[in-house]
Amino acid sequence: MNLDAAPGIVAVTLVTIATLAIGTWGLRLSRTTSDFFVASRSVRPRLNASAIGGEYLSAASFLGVAGLVLTFGADMLWYPVGWTAGYLVLLVLVAAPLRRSGAYTLPDFAEARLGSRAVRSVCSLLVVAVGWLYLLPQFQGAGITLRSTLGAPTWVGPVIVGLVVLANVTSGGMRSITFVQAFQYWLKLTALLVPGTVLVAVWADDSTPFASGSDGWSVPIAAGGGEGLYVTYSLIIATFLGTMGLPHVVVRFYTNPDGRAARRTTLVVLALLGVFYLLPPLYGALGRVYAPELAGTRRSDALVLELPRIMLDGPVGELLTGLVTAGAFAAFLSTSSGLSIAVAGVLSQDVTGRPWAGRRLGGVSAFRLGAVVAVTVPCVVALAVPNLGVARAVGLAFAMAASTFCPLLLLGIWWRRLTPTGAIAGLLAGGVGCSVAIVWTLVVSRPDGWVDTLMGQPAAWSFPLAITTMVVVSLLTAARIPAHTGRFLVRLHTPEVLDLDRG
Amino acid sequence: MSDQGPAPERVRVSGPPRRRTPTARTADIDDETRLGGMYMGSLLREQLRLALGILTVLGLTVGLLPLAFHLVPELSGTEVLGVPLAWVLLGVLVYPWLLVLGWVYVRRAERNEHDFAELVTEVER
Repeated sequence: MNLDAAPGIVAVTLVTIATLAIGTWGLRLSRTTSDFFVASRSVRPRLNASAIGGEYLSAASFLGVAGLVLTFGADMLWYPVGWTAGYLVLLVLVAAPLRRSGAYTLPDFAEARLGSRAVRSVCSLLVVAVGWLYLLPQFQGAGITLRSTLGAPTWVGPVIVGLVVLANVTSGGMRSITFVQAFQYWLKLTALLVPGTVLVAVWADDSTPFASGSDGWSVPIAAGGGEGLYVTYSLIIATFLGTMGLPHVVVRFYTNPDGRAARRTTLVVLALLGVFYLLPPLYGALGRVYAPELAGTRRSDALVLELPRIMLDGPVGELLTGLVTAGAFAAFLSTSSGLSIAVAGVLSQDVTGRPWAGRRLGGVSAFRLGAVVAVTVPCVVALAVPNLGVARAVGLAFAMAASTFCPLLLLGIWWRRLTPTGAIAGLLAGGVGCSVAIVWTLVVSRPDGWVDTLMGQPAAWSFPLAITTMVVVSLLTAARIPAHTGRFLVRLHTPEVLDLDRG
Repeated sequence: MSDQGPAPERVRVSGPPRRRTPTARTADIDDETRLGGMYMGSLLREQLRLALGILTVLGLTVGLLPLAFHLVPELSGTEVLGVPLAWVLLGVLVYPWLLVLGWVYVRRAERNEHDFAELVTEVER
């Protein structure tokens, strides 16, 4: 450790204290199991939208995008665009019905819609899989950040993030997390906006030209002709459709008071994300001018953290470094908290809340135990398996969500003839397809040719595979359409003001 | 005038008695009659048509960009006010556009629901 680490240490300490303080404040408000899971469904659209934004903007958004843009150029802009457009797709197809379904989690939705314990179990398994796939890079990113800004050993980041998340989640549940997440959206925005404004002013003052458009840096398609076009479209499908299937995103919709509020919340989220995502590419572009030597190296992920010091000397540079470090740390904390809540919710309902050896834990105890498992497992894996690739793992989590939960939600909400058998078949087809692609990608070190391309970015084939399987098997098992389907669709689609029998 | 009997009972003069008690169409939905099924079907179709319409617009604008840049490589060299076109579109303009699409959707979806609520709560006489 040296003096350079001072702003980073101050920033991380302040964010941790603020997070715990707001979490504790929430503790006094949170009394019942319903508070823990869904904040008793009383969160207003603007607060909820800030919380969704805070939760959603992960390390990949805060650090990863700028590094990717610096290295690869304009085709990486599809990541932030897809992560925002995903909310538009979610808004028009899923938001209000999902809230009106009245379920806590994705497995709850599946069970209520299809009346099948088996579908529920498959969904629970997938929520945990997608959640851990997404948590892993958060913990690993925290390790990289603290090493690059504080010179701390790599294990420090995951342990600190894990402990803070655990303290918050187990003490206050969803209610306190809502305030924490909302605070962290605004913290993250400020942490990029203020330094970004200063850095752009410095750049304008230097009268340095724009970065050159050479090496395909301003081409918005991946390199490699037809294969590049496939990769870009597959990424678009994964992000546009995967967002609705992320467990920590979905669980947030249950905290809205009604379906109308769910839509309005989503609209505010679109605005908040749009504002935020203007900033990371700016850092990438400035990095192209001032720090081209970072491009293509492992340090490119740290571009946002290092740029203030590279462009500015003295106390201003240090101050801005502290600010971006605070934002990055907030990104790890908020996304990890949201994912842990989602995974803990599922675990507490389907694992820790079940009777074991004749004894059964109460709702809140089961949730706390679920949270410990939800955080500990990926934290230990993150310590044991260093460096899986932050952006890659997040991308695969999106592809997995797009090929499993997305078809289930789409057909469950809009198609009367979905059967439990069809749902399970589709979930397995998408889930197994994606898993094969993930393992393939991990095993093949130097991708080459069409097969590796298809496996490296599976969403463009695994989503159609899953949804087709779901439709075909449902049609073949038409006798097993749940009897309550009609009544459930009434609940999903009719406005709450109507006095109707919703089952 | 003492031979007059008790005064006739007062009768309130009003309109003819109703033949049926008023029923809202929500009862049809609750009882899952064919008519109720038609009401629900029309709501679902309207909402789905709206959603697919918005997604089609999204696909024809944002979704066609990679193909356009693939087929017309010169677009990558185009600059707007000194900034490459891809950056202007994907870095800035796409976000307000997504917000506009979302806003149009929310307005229309709420109107569809409002119309549906009026239709089914209208009391038949």
